[in-house]
Amino acid sequence: MNWGSWSNFIDMGGRGFYVWGSYFITLICIVFELGLLARQKRALWQRLTQLMKLNKQG
Amino acid sequence: MALNIFKYSSPASFYPLAGKMVPVFYGLAAVFTIVGLYISFFVAPTDATQGEAYRIIFIHVPAAWMSMFIYIVMAIWAGLGLVLNTRLSSMMAQALAPTGAMFTFVALITGAFWGKPTWGTWWEWDARMTSELILLFLYIGYMSLTAAIDDVRRADKAGAILAMVGGINVPIIYFSVKWWNTLHQGASVSLTSSPSMAKTMLLGMLIMAIAAWMYSIAVALSRVRLLMLEREKSSAWVQEILEQKS
Amino acid sequence: MGKLFIRVIRRDLLLAYRRRADVLTTLFFFVIVVSLFPLGVGPEMKTLRLIAPGVVWVAALLASMLSLQRLFAADYQDGTLEQMLLAPHPLGVIVLGKIVAHWMVSGLPLALMAPLLGLQFDLPPEALGILFIALLLGTPILSLIGAVGAALTLGLRGGGVLLSLLVLPLYIPALIFGAGAVEAYIAGVSPEGHLSLLAALLIFSGLATPWITALALRIAME
Repeated sequence: MNWGSWSNFIDMGGRGFYVWGSYFITLICIVFELGLLARQKRALWQRLTQLMKLNKQG
Repeated sequence: MALNIFKYSSPASFYPLAGKMVPVFYGLAAVFTIVGLYISFFVAPTDATQGEAYRIIFIHVPAAWMSMFIYIVMAIWAGLGLVLNTRLSSMMAQALAPTGAMFTFVALITGAFWGKPTWGTWWEWDARMTSELILLFLYIGYMSLTAAIDDVRRADKAGAILAMVGGINVPIIYFSVKWWNTLHQGASVSLTSSPSMAKTMLLGMLIMAIAAWMYSIAVALSRVRLLMLEREKSSAWVQEILEQKS
Repeated sequence: MGKLFIRVIRRDLLLAYRRRADVLTTLFFFVIVVSLFPLGVGPEMKTLRLIAPGVVWVAALLASMLSLQRLFAADYQDGTLEQMLLAPHPLGVIVLGKIVAHWMVSGLPLALMAPLLGLQFDLPPEALGILFIALLLGTPILSLIGAVGAALTLGLRGGGVLLSLLVLPLYIPALIFGAGAVEAYIAGVSPEGHLSLLAALLIFSGLATPWITALALRIAME
């Protein structure tokens, strides 16, 4: 498939808003999920290492 | 993968294995996404009736497939956890739920983006979209219930019952809405008349579906690792891992 | 077995009678919600006739949510539930008895009240009859499915909101067929199909949910 020019590719035959809108929202959802997961991981590690230190002291 | 999990069904041995599998599946997901997107935008031809707007289905259809598939897998893992009392399968079920909900949400949003230029409306109360919406409610219910119960064992089992009851309900809802729609002749758009699909379109959809699948496995595995650490925080193997890290 | 069933119903009805105010609250909630719609939508009788079955049914779903939490809560708090779990009788039968009693004080009054409310929406007399029959068949389904949710959320913080989140999506088939029966009649189609599907749903949930609820109760009390 040859789009001819970059602007044709963005335009998507006049449906650019819908096509790129849906791809963009999907991207946001995935980034959001991965970000949430990374945050949970950091928080859990922090909590567990602190817990371990406390256990060692006590 | 199923075999591996039965072999490594104790968290202590599954944790490091999952850790090795996660980057592999993320890598596969990335490769399949790139190939899939290339086919979706540069190989698949323009659709004769829908123009370029149809390119949304390359994410919409895989997302809808995954949303249902993940629910079934989740209900099966939860059911296994209830019947066989295996800790890991209940954790798998809980690790899958957020990803399933995410795909359900994506399927709904992209469905709206596809519907607007194709049928002229963002939302249609047809059987598929309505069932997809109910599926989202079921995911949210499952996650809220397991989050609301502090006792882990009760959360696992209560969640399993809800997941299975919901699973029985999805087809009932699908057919009741379908029937309801035929009586309200209002729905003028026919969704079943799919235009003959070019082979490259189908290929693009399949590859994107595989990408979504790999992604789901990767995310679910890394989430189940967190659940294992959290639940077994006082056990020897977690302490060992913590020692090594710090 | 039958004796046990009857005894559970009689006990729960007696308890409900001692707390008559609770039953009336649910009924008034139903009446108020239904009466709000004409005020919100406008007094156009044509529109009201069209939305009446849906409005009455949605109000019935919401009203049934109010009383569901009480299904096991009192027995849970005073320890009776634990005795029931330990008793040598099949728990499913006890649960079914409790559900039937619950329906008699929460679902049945709604079904009896509905034709009266239908008059506010200018429904023809036959449609009122069908609305009554549909609610008679449908409200037990609400109690049956709701019991599973009530058992799952037993004793949880914020259980009430969570319960509606879990149970309302599962009510959808009952809502579609129940409201659909009346709509079909108004549209000139026989409501028989809707009513028989509603009856099938009732039989199916009547057979399955008491046992699922019993399992959920055991899990909750472990």
